[in-house]
Amino acid sequence: MPSETVVQSQLVEPRVIHQERQEEAAKILHASAALRTPLFVVTPSRGWISLQLGNLWKYRELLYFLVWRDVKVRYKQTVLGVLWAVLQPFMTMVVFSIFFGRLGQMPSDGLPYPIFTYTALLPWQLFAGSLAASGNSLVVNRELVTKVYFPRLVIPLSAVFVGLVDFSVSFVILLGLMMYYGITPTVAVVCVPLFVLLALAAALAVGVWLAALNVQYRDVQYTIPFLTQFWLFLTPIAYPSSLVPEQWRMLYSVNPMVGVVDGFRWALLGQTTPPDTSTVVSLLVTSILLLGGLVYFQRMERSVADVV
Amino acid sequence: MSELAIRVENVSKRYRIGVRNTHPTLREALVNSAKRSVQGIQRLMHGRNGHQPENTFWALKNVSFEVKQGEVLGIIGRNGAGKSTLLKLLSRITEPTEGRIEGYGRVGSLLEVGTGFHPELTGRENIYLNGAILGMKKAEIDRKFDEIVAFAEIEQFLDTPVKRYSSGMYIRLAFAVAAHLEPEILIVDEVLAVGDAAFQKKCLGKMDAVARSGRTVLFVSHNMAAVEGLCSRAMWLHNGRIEAEGAAGKIVSQYLQRSFVTTTSCSWADIATAPGNEKFRLHSAAVRPVSGLATEPLTVRTPFTIEFSYWNLTPGAYLNVNIQLYNEQGILIFEAGPIHPPIWRPLPKGLYRDICYVPGNLLNDGVYRVVLKAVNNRGTLVYTAEDVLIFAVQDTSDLREGWYGEWGGAVRPVLEWDREMLQTDTPSVNESD
Repeated sequence: MPSETVVQSQLVEPRVIHQERQEEAAKILHASAALRTPLFVVTPSRGWISLQLGNLWKYRELLYFLVWRDVKVRYKQTVLGVLWAVLQPFMTMVVFSIFFGRLGQMPSDGLPYPIFTYTALLPWQLFAGSLAASGNSLVVNRELVTKVYFPRLVIPLSAVFVGLVDFSVSFVILLGLMMYYGITPTVAVVCVPLFVLLALAAALAVGVWLAALNVQYRDVQYTIPFLTQFWLFLTPIAYPSSLVPEQWRMLYSVNPMVGVVDGFRWALLGQTTPPDTSTVVSLLVTSILLLGGLVYFQRMERSVADVV
Repeated sequence: MSELAIRVENVSKRYRIGVRNTHPTLREALVNSAKRSVQGIQRLMHGRNGHQPENTFWALKNVSFEVKQGEVLGIIGRNGAGKSTLLKLLSRITEPTEGRIEGYGRVGSLLEVGTGFHPELTGRENIYLNGAILGMKKAEIDRKFDEIVAFAEIEQFLDTPVKRYSSGMYIRLAFAVAAHLEPEILIVDEVLAVGDAAFQKKCLGKMDAVARSGRTVLFVSHNMAAVEGLCSRAMWLHNGRIEAEGAAGKIVSQYLQRSFVTTTSCSWADIATAPGNEKFRLHSAAVRPVSGLATEPLTVRTPFTIEFSYWNLTPGAYLNVNIQLYNEQGILIFEAGPIHPPIWRPLPKGLYRDICYVPGNLLNDGVYRVVLKAVNNRGTLVYTAEDVLIFAVQDTSDLREGWYGEWGGAVRPVLEWDREMLQTDTPSVNESD
């Protein structure tokens, strides 16, 4: 590159900073010109393609800012603000305690029913909220998708992470409840992050499928509330999984949230059965769903801007 | 300056008609795929193969070009010519159906100002968000933050949610962030259509600076003056293909001359079929620059003539032919007739030619049509010839001093202007909102 790259425009006030930037830019140009291999190549993609997770890593700052945006905006212009994060699981717990715990005399593995159900509601709400958010994320962010390039996976991924804020807030309430009922967690408490991660993975696994389908078929946005509603009853939240007959237990564990919720109760409250093969089944199902979802998502990614 | 920045090879992009705006429901998709499989089976049974031609169109077809580093390429063409599709492909927002694009540098694209702005967030927050979306690193935004704020002139409102901004402030902020994006290849789509005059000038200055710093710029605009002023090279897209490519000035004038249906000269050899009646018949008409060079483009500054010849078929008629000039909006810009006295005099039968001299620096840019009105001295209309001539007046980049916004007004005179300073000290001003 010739030295004339450092020419001041007459229209812009000359500034030292400007000069520096231009020199820096000239350096970048030198560097890329020296390489002589294209920085990127765009061709029609065919068949199976790699997941390009390295590319995702390059865009981690964007991921951070999208999460940050949604967190910032979440409770803007609300009276109760972040209290909403607590109110939802808490009220659900109250209702469940009255109807299932008191009136329905539901067994709760020897634990006080309110804390039994609240401990399950936390990962559940994280899962259900993240699933809904990521499932709708591409459509909600269509303005971005059609105007700027970045790995599309950033969008459902950021939607999943946003749920962690609400989760953390309502987790504080759980600690209060545990103190109230005099429950001291065992060493197993260190496993909590693992089960949180599993809940997020499960939400992302289903979320990317739904997000990709939603681009093409808007039916998905109406399906999501139904899906989470049914799923709630397939997950041991209002009842213990010990209620499910032994011979059905493996099939039951195909629902990844069974492993998450049982694991959560075990890690925090200690008195239920420790993770066993059913947890492994949940883990396996989540992995398969996630991998399949990522592949499907990548295949859809190329046409998303044309279709969404 | 011969290093390559972008290479585009035989790129085509096909869209299915209707896909963009209609979202098939799951049921339709199921029904369609069922239909297709039935058809597929039928085809198999009848021994036919191959695809049914679908309802598709090619937004781009076999487009190949190269852009060198440091070059500023203007892309022009009508709506639907494929400009935006091309930019989307180059920005990697969508993929080509066929072909290959190689990019030798980090691409920053500005297809819209303010992409990803969130109304609930403050100006400060949106600078970071928008910067990240456009591909800046946080450290980079930190470094340029003050510059961005100063450029946008929104210091006092930095912590106000942007939903409370005026539209001008919003656009200024959005452009300020974008303007500080420093990719090696900058792709810009029609961003000059926004903002007030002063701000546009600033934006253009910024783009100019980007180009001068050796970066590559691809610039789509409908504003020919801007393309001419900023770009070294231009590419004209027409129906998804490259119609012409070359020096910006040349391509712009080719585009303007060929893309409007203009009639800059016409004549009627046969008097019987020429427009007119038993008293008056047109013979020819033309609009041309005073210089007489047919190749000289007609710009807002060019003096030109409107000439026409006609048959007077009534001996001794008091006949005059007036010109009416209308612009695209149908506004009558002027009406003119003969000015040399005696204005009314009897004309013997025969062929006449009138020449009307229109000075430069009178008309604004745009497309004009000429209506000829033959009248007699009693004020009665003898004949009206509608739209005898249709011609385009082009904008020029000189006199604009780096500002390329739309120049308003039905006419565009260059007026005498004086300025003198009356006092050096200024009384204090109380700022109010």
